[in-house]
Amino acid sequence: MIIYLTEIQDIHFFFRLESFKEIYGIIWVFAPILILILGITISVLAIVWLEREISAGIQQRIGPEYTGPFGVLQALADGTKLLFKENLIPSRGDIRLFSIGPSISVISIIISYSVIPFGYNFVLSDLNIGVFLWIAISSIAPIGLLMSGYGSNNKYSFLGGLRAAAQSISYEIPLTLCVLSISLLSNSLSTVDIVDAQSKYGFWGWNLWRQPMGFIVFLISSLAECERLPFDLPEAEEELVAGYQTEYSGIKFGLFYVASYLNLFISSLFVTVLYFGGSNISIPYIFVSDFFEINQTYGVFVTIIGIFITLAKTYLFLFLSIATRWTLPRLRIDQLLNLGWKFLLPISLGNLLLTTSSQLFSL
Amino acid sequence: MNISTTRKDFMIVNMGPHHPSMHGVLRLIVTLDGEDVIDCEPILGYLHRGMEKIAENRTIIQYLPYVTRWDYLATMFTEAITVNGPEQLGNIQVPKRASYIRVIMLELSRIASHLLWLGPFMADIGAQTPFFYIFRERELIYDLFEAATGMRMMHNFFRIGGVATDLPYGWVDKCYDFCDYFLTRIVEYQKLITRNPIFLERVEGVGVVDIKEVINWGLSGPMLRASGIQWDLRKVDNYECYEEFDWEVQWQKEGDSLARYLVRIGEMMESIKIIQQALEGIPGGPYENLEIRCFDREKEPEWNEFEYRFISKKPSPTFELPKQELYVRIEAPKGELGIFLIGDQNGFPWRWKIRPPGFINLQILPQLVKRMKLADIMTILGSIDIIMGEVDR
Repeated sequence: MIIYLTEIQDIHFFFRLESFKEIYGIIWVFAPILILILGITISVLAIVWLEREISAGIQQRIGPEYTGPFGVLQALADGTKLLFKENLIPSRGDIRLFSIGPSISVISIIISYSVIPFGYNFVLSDLNIGVFLWIAISSIAPIGLLMSGYGSNNKYSFLGGLRAAAQSISYEIPLTLCVLSISLLSNSLSTVDIVDAQSKYGFWGWNLWRQPMGFIVFLISSLAECERLPFDLPEAEEELVAGYQTEYSGIKFGLFYVASYLNLFISSLFVTVLYFGGSNISIPYIFVSDFFEINQTYGVFVTIIGIFITLAKTYLFLFLSIATRWTLPRLRIDQLLNLGWKFLLPISLGNLLLTTSSQLFSL
Repeated sequence: MNISTTRKDFMIVNMGPHHPSMHGVLRLIVTLDGEDVIDCEPILGYLHRGMEKIAENRTIIQYLPYVTRWDYLATMFTEAITVNGPEQLGNIQVPKRASYIRVIMLELSRIASHLLWLGPFMADIGAQTPFFYIFRERELIYDLFEAATGMRMMHNFFRIGGVATDLPYGWVDKCYDFCDYFLTRIVEYQKLITRNPIFLERVEGVGVVDIKEVINWGLSGPMLRASGIQWDLRKVDNYECYEEFDWEVQWQKEGDSLARYLVRIGEMMESIKIIQQALEGIPGGPYENLEIRCFDREKEPEWNEFEYRFISKKPSPTFELPKQELYVRIEAPKGELGIFLIGDQNGFPWRWKIRPPGFINLQILPQLVKRMKLADIMTILGSIDIIMGEVDR
């Protein structure tokens, strides 16, 4: 059988095309992840800048001014400085635990971003158990803190690590119960389905109105999970120097710094997704539906608007968290645990019971 | 059969001298059982500079710039006590105007001290923002001090028999403006802090000292008045011209950290009242008793001897301190600031014993923090209000 040269070339061409397809496939898998990580990084820089500007406003001072326009590059400058700073390791500490702690904290939080629907059908992985993935993975972060505290061979760090673990356990339970109530209302654990369920009835369909107590408990619990004032006991400098971060410097300290803001951002995103309708734009008395009907064909436009709406709502809660940080004093550890176990837990259980009852009666 | 008792390993932690929230260079060796304080041992002396010994080798005028380094946040009071002692020993009269100026300066200094107590106290319990607010007001007081004395903090303004200079033109009006402005700021503090539920939860019932303990430990100032004793040396001793003003002693019954906070907030209000009355009634006349430059001077001071002939600038002449002993006291922001002074017919005092309020008040700290939480150490220490400059001297 004679195979002509042109046929051989065609075979080679198709073979190369197939291999290109594989390469494209691999790139297409990693591209969204890289885009998401890039977006998250930029958001963290923005949050750090916002934190500084808002705190400066609250404290009646100027805030960052010189690094870039309005000081927007201040966080970048600080990050660069930390990157080049000497990475000190305590001589008698557990080096492996000490080194792996910050990484665990950051990685566990970054994974949670994969289930966030930033816009209409704009989500990295629409899992059936989206919100529970976040809850499960957010439980790993305190392990990193505990490892850091223990591996530092420092009493203050150790106390900080223990506090982080105790606080995390205490506030994850009310948080989970609130998420469970939302899941009951939406009949799904998928974040996309939860957003869709809220979109059906517009503004008044947001879970905020159906779960006001749950919202308050969720907000308080998420603040505690993020270890933000008034719940920043693991790193309370008035008591524990810097808690589990005491012995850290350089990029490892930078990772903790980034982790706290990543955690804050993801918590605000989940508040938006679970209670504020995610990318749902419906605002009463402002009729934008006609405008959207015209542009429904332009999917990209709708997606961009969705992302913008989600981020706008998220940054509202970020502002709330930042303002809270610079307004309230810190709770004591026993008061913190009492609040979690004796106040928020019964309320969230009661809320779940009411939600379950209402769902049963509505069948 | 032996029942094995569980062994408890207590954690011993060093708080200070370089702990970020420690007030000055105090060191506390704290024994912890988890988060509970089992024992606390304060260690002092990291800021000891031999202030009492220095006093024995200086004339009063030479020593005046040193004294502002005891309590460096309430500098006018240290100057006042330094000149009050020799004035009483030498029976020197202070002109009325000078006395009024002193009262104004002392009360401004009291407000400045209480403000710089309030900021760190709030930071100790996690609220950072008031720290910035108090400096906004404190800067205005510094501006007034700078206009009157030439210095923001270490003034060297008081003199035996009066004050160094008269108030500059327009100063009284500026001070009036400050008083009106500051009253609105205190209302702001009360809104922000006093009604804050987390703040109340952190300070109510923390560091309680009852009346008997207060007296037994010899505590003074807001620590004393917060436990239900209406004792203020401005009323008791009537030094300067405090009896001419209408004001109330601030006191509370509870004896906890909240009571101490409320006493200090109240004292700032009363200080404003005193300043306003003093500004209204400030008389004319001299600001210094010039006669003290002429009498009781040393006949042949050692500075005129042969060994000192190459000293280019001889120190200002001073009078002899009579061969007597005397205890002088004053109501400083932190409590009773006293000096036990022994003269020896010499330009230098034979003994100059300082009774700092912070040092005496600090003694009760180990007792107050036992069986409390780790976080309460800073709350209690902050409510006591210590400055290590005067504690260590």
